[in-house]
Amino acid sequence: MNPPVATPFFFYLLAFVMIAGGILVITRKNAVHCALALITTLLAQAGLYLMLYAPFVAGVQIILYAGGIMVLFLFVIMLISIERAEKERQFNKQWLVGIAAAAALGGLFIAVYTTTTQGRVLFPEGRMSYVETQNTQSIAMLLFDQHAGMYMFAFEIASLLLLVAIIGAVVMAKKRI
Amino acid sequence: MNELVQYISSYLTSDKTPGVAGNFFWATVYILLVFVGLSVAVIAMNWLERKILAHMQVRLGPMRVGPHGLLQPIADALKLLLKEDIIPAEADVTVFWIAPFIVVLAAFTVFVVVPFGPTHAITDMNIGILFMLGVSSLSVLGIVTAGWASNSHYPLIGALRSSAQMVSYEVAMGLAVVSAIMMTSLTGQGTLSMIGIVQAQLAEHQWFLFKFFPLGLIAFGIFAIAMVAETNRAPFDLPEAESELTAGFHTEYSGFRWSLFFLAEYSAMIAVSSIAVTLWMGGWLRPFPNALSGDTWDQIFSFAPAATFLFLAAMTFFNVVRMPKHPLFRIQTAGLAGFGAVLGLIGLVLLWTPARVRVEDIFWFAAKVAGFMYLYIWYRGTFPRYRFDQLMKVGWKVLLPTGLALLILTAVVGMRTELLADIQGAWRR
Repeated sequence: MNPPVATPFFFYLLAFVMIAGGILVITRKNAVHCALALITTLLAQAGLYLMLYAPFVAGVQIILYAGGIMVLFLFVIMLISIERAEKERQFNKQWLVGIAAAAALGGLFIAVYTTTTQGRVLFPEGRMSYVETQNTQSIAMLLFDQHAGMYMFAFEIASLLLLVAIIGAVVMAKKRI
Repeated sequence: MNELVQYISSYLTSDKTPGVAGNFFWATVYILLVFVGLSVAVIAMNWLERKILAHMQVRLGPMRVGPHGLLQPIADALKLLLKEDIIPAEADVTVFWIAPFIVVLAAFTVFVVVPFGPTHAITDMNIGILFMLGVSSLSVLGIVTAGWASNSHYPLIGALRSSAQMVSYEVAMGLAVVSAIMMTSLTGQGTLSMIGIVQAQLAEHQWFLFKFFPLGLIAFGIFAIAMVAETNRAPFDLPEAESELTAGFHTEYSGFRWSLFFLAEYSAMIAVSSIAVTLWMGGWLRPFPNALSGDTWDQIFSFAPAATFLFLAAMTFFNVVRMPKHPLFRIQTAGLAGFGAVLGLIGLVLLWTPARVRVEDIFWFAAKVAGFMYLYIWYRGTFPRYRFDQLMKVGWKVLLPTGLALLILTAVVGMRTELLADIQGAWRR
């Protein structure tokens, strides 16, 4: 039997990388450095998905975010003049609202984590570990199966939203279609 | 001590890959073997490309360093290591320093799941092909940052071209891959695992290249075009078009850092070729594993690796005889004879039954990949470079619609019995 990979050491390592990357994203002045830090954060997040025995989600995270979206980010950022961007003011004066929002989100997390329903907490310690070799298949069952599938509608609605966004972008960019 | 020996030897009877069996020792050994094998393949590819291109253009190619220029890649590597490493004054030093490593890491990491045989892979993942596509798509980040960090015009233009090109062709590539994955589901349960995909081809008695003729062939064609664009090779080598951009995104790189880009380019070529081989050409399977099955045919086909090496040795000795008889060529002749002797020795070792059985799957996989590598060189010697708008047109207006239509057709053909039953049921109602 394989030793478990999901040890606390890896969790703290990945969490540290994510937080450090996140701080770098907002503190660096150079936009390309920010984008690279964001890529590190996204990759560490893929690692966290792996620790949750969800390799499919981790793979999709790498393909879509690190490989696709961030490349387009960099593509746009490279066209910006760095000299001018470095003179711009980096932080706006909305820290009060920011702290309030962060506190509200943190409070929500703590509330969800400590809430008990019928005497049981939502996230008990020592959950059963899923079989990672079945992850892709179980996601497909949740999406497409006639009886167990219940997320097909939400999935299709989300893709429709994306389609609307694409058409909107084309309409705004092209004067004559 | 005894436990350690037992831990190491316990894997030898296993029929799984070391990653799946959870044996760290053999996983490390396999990783080192793959790394060394890949480096040797890149060196050999360097020599072969120059030699084959030269012969296509009726030149001789490298002839001076070693017999027939055999030592040329080693001399080149030495030159690159000893060369001065220049970092432009206006460059962003940190990013300039990181960029080649991103490219190399992305190009080498994908080999974790490449199946050289049913047990000859570092590991087998449930998401194998997804992992390969994802990690190899990270290499574009290295190219883009390299071009930007150089802080110079040609590299920046090269990087912009490269990112636009690789993102465009990734879409068509993904569609072709999905159609191959759909074919695996005909065995009962579809799979993304690289080993599972090859086993599905064995179970369905057909390479996916010929499955649902001509659908498999078209999917393979889309992939074969997209993979050349993904690796920035001719005729899609716009990011490093030498007549327009000097050397594109790596213009400002020199010495060791440049050689990292070189290494990454060639190992990425091998990586995408092995995806194509695994998905459409039966991976490690020998030709006709179902039609010509049985012990006799297994025996006959297992002599192929030895026969290949012995043939190569014979060709080398034929050329030893043809070497000029002038005393100046004495060392070169001896060197070539030594090379032939090494090839012949490898061939003789492969005749030995334990080696013969173990190496057969790796041989067939490598032979198929080598075919693709030859195609890469052939393209470079044959096709003129695309213009950028032509490149985008091919990607978005030809490959993408074809890929989408192919996806739907594959689904319809694969589900045809179920679909017909549904339609008949609706008719009766």
